[in-house]
Amino acid sequence: MDKLIAKSPCEGLLPLTVGSVTLTEEEPGVMTSVAPYKGCEEALSEALKAAHGMGYPAANRATGRAGSRAVWFGHGQAMLIGPVPDATLSEHAAIVDQSDAWAVVRLEGEGAEDVLARLVPVDLRAAHFKRGHTVRSLLFHMTASITRVGDTAFQIMVFRSMAETLVHDLKTAMEGVAARG
Amino acid sequence: MRITCPHCGERDRREFYYRGAATDLERPAPDAGEEAWDNFVFLRENPAGETRDLWYHEGGCGAWIVVARNTVTHEVLGTQLASEARS
Ligand SMILES: [Zn+2]
Repeated sequence: MDKLIAKSPCEGLLPLTVGSVTLTEEEPGVMTSVAPYKGCEEALSEALKAAHGMGYPAANRATGRAGSRAVWFGHGQAMLIGPVPDATLSEHAAIVDQSDAWAVVRLEGEGAEDVLARLVPVDLRAAHFKRGHTVRSLLFHMTASITRVGDTAFQIMVFRSMAETLVHDLKTAMEGVAARG
Repeated sequence: MRITCPHCGERDRREFYYRGAATDLERPAPDAGEEAWDNFVFLRENPAGETRDLWYHEGGCGAWIVVARNTVTHEVLGTQLASEARS
């Protein structure tokens, strides 16, 4: 068989800068959904701490740091982003490899909040939504995971199949914000 | 219209999918008999007042939620995770 060439979800689409806001693709590494078994959340959190240095995130929160994060991902699950999951995790949770299944981008700049305000029906301004906060919500018509990873930076995840729509919708909003000066 | 998801907090109605009366949570036993199953599958109350519905937080955390509301005043009275309402 020929050697296959790896292609990232947003290849050929990013990076992009409009006005004060930049959109870049993240290289998330291994992505694993972690869904604790009934009553096992505490034990899972201890195992996560021991193996990867971060606890299991509470609802609407992310733990860890760039390169090794656990992002709350909805009812009864979190996404471990970065490290290869330690075998001990599977004693407490259903572990599913999701690598390459998600498009992961970083929206950054002074106007990033204004761009998201055009697309997301949740208040993501810094007073309500601080570093380490995350939401599952809609980005225009897509379900998305949005996490504040810096003072003016957000990590946004959608299904890989929607990468082009994600970039299109964000670009349109970035242009709208920039046009207002 | 806003619905308070027990996980996510108050959210816009567009994030939710409506299922119907929360009677889905009171599924009869397999041997409950024809009448109980007929009621469960086909018959619904149509109250003027308080009712309980199932909503799915589709554009959010993916939880099924029981929403209590008043069909006369349109007031939303409370929400609860379906997984907890059942247990
Ligand atoms: Zn929710």
